[in-house]
Amino acid sequence: MGLLEETGTNKEINKIGSSPPSCEHKCYGCRPCEAIQEACPTIKNILLLDSEGKRVAVKYYSDEWPTNSAKLAFEKSIFTKTQKTNARTEAEITMLENNIIVYKFVQDLHFFVTGGDDENELILATVLQGFFDAVTLLLRNNVEQREALENLDLILLCLDEIVDGGIVLETDGSIIAGKVATHNMDDGAPLSEQLLYEIRIFLAFSAVES
Amino acid sequence: MAQPLVKKDDDRDEEADYSPFLGIEKGAVLQEARVFNDPQLDARRCSQVEATEVFFAVTKLFQSRDIGLRRMVYLMIKEISPSADEVIIVTSSLMKDMNSRTDMYRANAIRVLCRITDGTLLTQIERYLKQAIVDKNPVVASAALVSGIHLLQTNPEIVKRWSNEVQEAVQSRAALVQFHALALLHQVIRESGVNSQTGDRPFYDYLEGCLRHKAEMVIFEAAKAITELSNVSTRELTPAITVLQLFLSSSKPVLRFAAVRTLNKVAMTHPMAVTNCNIDMESLISDQNRSIATLAITTLLKTGNESSVDRLMKQITNFMSDIADEFKIVVVEAIRSLCLKFPLKYRSLMNFLSSILREEGGFEYKKAIVDSIVILIRDIPDAKESGLLHLCEFIEDCEFTYLSTQILHFLGNEGPKTSDPSKYIRYIYNRVILENATVRASAVSTLAKFGAVVDSLKVRDRATLYLNTLGDGSVSETDKYVKEFLFGSLDIPLTNIETSLKNYLEAMVSFVLLEQAQNPTEEPFDISSVPKDVKSQPLAEKKAPGKKQTGLGAPPPAPTSAADAYERLLSAIPEFASFGKLFKSSAPVELTEAETEYAVNVVKHIFDRHVVFQCNCTNTIPEQLLENVTVIVDASEAEEFSEVGTKPIKSLPYDTPAQTFVAFEKPEGVPAVGKFSNMLRFTVKEVDPSTGEAEDDGVEDEYQLEDFEVAAADYILKVGVSNFKNAWESMDPGTERIDEYGLGPRESLTEAVNAVINLLGMQPCEGTEVVPNNSRSHTCLLSGVYIGNVKVLVRLSFGIDGTKEVAMKLAVRSEDENVSDAIHEIVASG
Repeated sequence: MGLLEETGTNKEINKIGSSPPSCEHKCYGCRPCEAIQEACPTIKNILLLDSEGKRVAVKYYSDEWPTNSAKLAFEKSIFTKTQKTNARTEAEITMLENNIIVYKFVQDLHFFVTGGDDENELILATVLQGFFDAVTLLLRNNVEQREALENLDLILLCLDEIVDGGIVLETDGSIIAGKVATHNMDDGAPLSEQLLYEIRIFLAFSAVES
Repeated sequence: MAQPLVKKDDDRDEEADYSPFLGIEKGAVLQEARVFNDPQLDARRCSQVEATEVFFAVTKLFQSRDIGLRRMVYLMIKEISPSADEVIIVTSSLMKDMNSRTDMYRANAIRVLCRITDGTLLTQIERYLKQAIVDKNPVVASAALVSGIHLLQTNPEIVKRWSNEVQEAVQSRAALVQFHALALLHQVIRESGVNSQTGDRPFYDYLEGCLRHKAEMVIFEAAKAITELSNVSTRELTPAITVLQLFLSSSKPVLRFAAVRTLNKVAMTHPMAVTNCNIDMESLISDQNRSIATLAITTLLKTGNESSVDRLMKQITNFMSDIADEFKIVVVEAIRSLCLKFPLKYRSLMNFLSSILREEGGFEYKKAIVDSIVILIRDIPDAKESGLLHLCEFIEDCEFTYLSTQILHFLGNEGPKTSDPSKYIRYIYNRVILENATVRASAVSTLAKFGAVVDSLKVRDRATLYLNTLGDGSVSETDKYVKEFLFGSLDIPLTNIETSLKNYLEAMVSFVLLEQAQNPTEEPFDISSVPKDVKSQPLAEKKAPGKKQTGLGAPPPAPTSAADAYERLLSAIPEFASFGKLFKSSAPVELTEAETEYAVNVVKHIFDRHVVFQCNCTNTIPEQLLENVTVIVDASEAEEFSEVGTKPIKSLPYDTPAQTFVAFEKPEGVPAVGKFSNMLRFTVKEVDPSTGEAEDDGVEDEYQLEDFEVAAADYILKVGVSNFKNAWESMDPGTERIDEYGLGPRESLTEAVNAVINLLGMQPCEGTEVVPNNSRSHTCLLSGVYIGNVKVLVRLSFGIDGTKEVAMKLAVRSEDENVSDAIHEIVASG
């Protein structure tokens, strides 16, 4: 009948972010099932899109979108859904396909952070803010598409320092930017020195504020 | 590999939509990758080249001392996730970095190495990881701990050995290290299966204290945790509700959303606890963020009191036009329950439902509204007349056949009982003229119901013909029968009766329309000619949306005594007495279309060394008598079967079902499968309808029947277990067989689950055949008995992705490992 075909492709690698995230009784150690992650806040993806919904930099930590086309479809629907909202002063929030998405727009850049629907919304928002602050620092306040593309390496490193395999590593924007900038210290490039200087200023200010 | 391929061009183009990465091609990237071999490395340039094909080239970059470049190499290795033999090339470099004096090298090398490592490699580096967990540098410690959390899934036994180090990290002064260490510890405990839940709640005081924490995130998490405590009391809830209420008026949308969503959940179980927030909720109806507004409205609908209903409905009306269907359905369902709570308010709620019914909307949304109106009509007597009229108006212009037929059916039951049934007739009659066949058929049935009950001449006129044809013309005698037929419970599967009736009624409709009342059809519809057997749904059948059978009620399950009845029937036949114990009898499989001259279906009886096909035959032609009826079963496509005998039907008069049997031998205990093609062979004799006497001379004739199969599922008995987990664990794990299958794109998870259940023919346990709405993964538990009396348990884990691709993991345990393998074979060849 050809109803089922066997595949050997379902390799069991780290799969984070199950949906539904809690599975109380039916788990007999089966995979794919990542119920054990439920205690730990989990990020499913972080997206940075341009003003047309095209990718600048994206990173998925969940295999909920296994193919590139699934990822693109998700990006398209979330961009369309949020496009007309005003997320420029405060981060906004919405739900899509059992996921919670927090997002923020600056100039022609759209920042998104996605988590499961059991996630603490404020944690997602904190991750978004950390990402946003770090990018602002790394781009020296020129938060716009061209500058982002010019410094794509920094943004990719930034994503890597915020979340590892879905687990939040760090949410403080200045620390994230600091980690990314450290790597470029030996570069001798004027960018890094300037950046470190600005980060020091930023840290001093935030110390004064608190 | 989600990132775009990257290449930097130094010349700046001044075009407005300039993108430095536009038009990158793989060839160009590969070309660019050769740069890695250049002895004069330009670090900045290289760090911006990335491609999956250049893994080996990239490894050369380890020779560079540039930190930024090294970091990009790390990133790339993680993205590429090289295969085991490729990993070896980079491990030594990574291990060197893992012991570097530079903290960031150590941290990142650990994360990369743990990502690409396998069990053997892990034991080699375990020592370093344990050191890293207690590293002075919090970044290094966190990197090792987070890697530990990931590794717990693949190599739990190794990670569990780190508990001393993890315990030490929990004491770290760095908050993030504490957090990551606790997360790892928690999961180790969960993995070990230690149940830390106790009856009372030692955490409540701690949670309550957290409500005064300075971080909003912590306050919210604590409040949410309190609301989710099982059997939480109102007193325990109060402090949590109070902080959530404060969040409702926050300037941050995220905070408002989080609070209203949590309160909405609380309102489902403790509506009274949330009423204090009603004023804040009402102001959220106009929130810019529509998700927040919808959540606020549905919360209000759950907690609102009678006096606020009218005001609430006014606010909602403005709101409905600019939200998506998914939100609207939520609102409709909330309104339905509100109306049941405050029946006196039915007027404004019913008006609201009818007004949104007239607006644009998809099937699911319209169905939610219709369902709600139907429920209100049933439960609130005062709402009946207006509700029925709203439904009548809706079917005047309804694009969904399914909804039209449902409404017509409902009208037929409820309409005649109203004070003025005649006002519904026009709407129904219009359906008879204007609609597609399915709706027309429903409309005629509905008219008939009106005719049978209502004493109005106008109605009678329209329905008399229908009535006449149902009975023998004598109205008084017919009445009882008609009522029984129209309203009584039927012991015939509705799917069968539906098909039979549909054809009959279509003919009737044309008569009604042509007003050939003086010449009714000769052939009255005969309910007894409808096959009483439940037609088993063919596996591959795709249900057309809008024609789902759910609303009509599923066919009643075959009575449990069916097996006994079959056993008695078979043992009474001497030829089959030696076959031993009957293992399983299948559901009847139809071998003819529903309204053909002869109705034949087959029941497959499985014995250890034999199968018996019981063909139930019905002659539906009054002018014919069939004699010496047999079914010629051709087993040329079922090689393991050989015919051992048949038992014909001597005489098959009109409308008297009888059985013929064909027996086959098959290898003992083997679940042989095959396809059988069939021919009904008989002698036909003409019958004089006036006398009922058959002529003496008959003619031999044949009638082609559909093929059927003996499939693997026929060898598995549906036998449930009460506690699957216990049953599973008491089976020998050595018999377990696990494999994964891709089921390809599917309509839904439910469809995929049902397909596999039908394929295996096993009993779903603990209600796991039901897939909750919008689930992306599901576990289904099946149990059964395989031929040879071998118990089998099956655990199916399904996952569906955004493109509707369904993957399934199949785990089988049974009393015989060969049977576990056999189950996999069934699925693999299914």
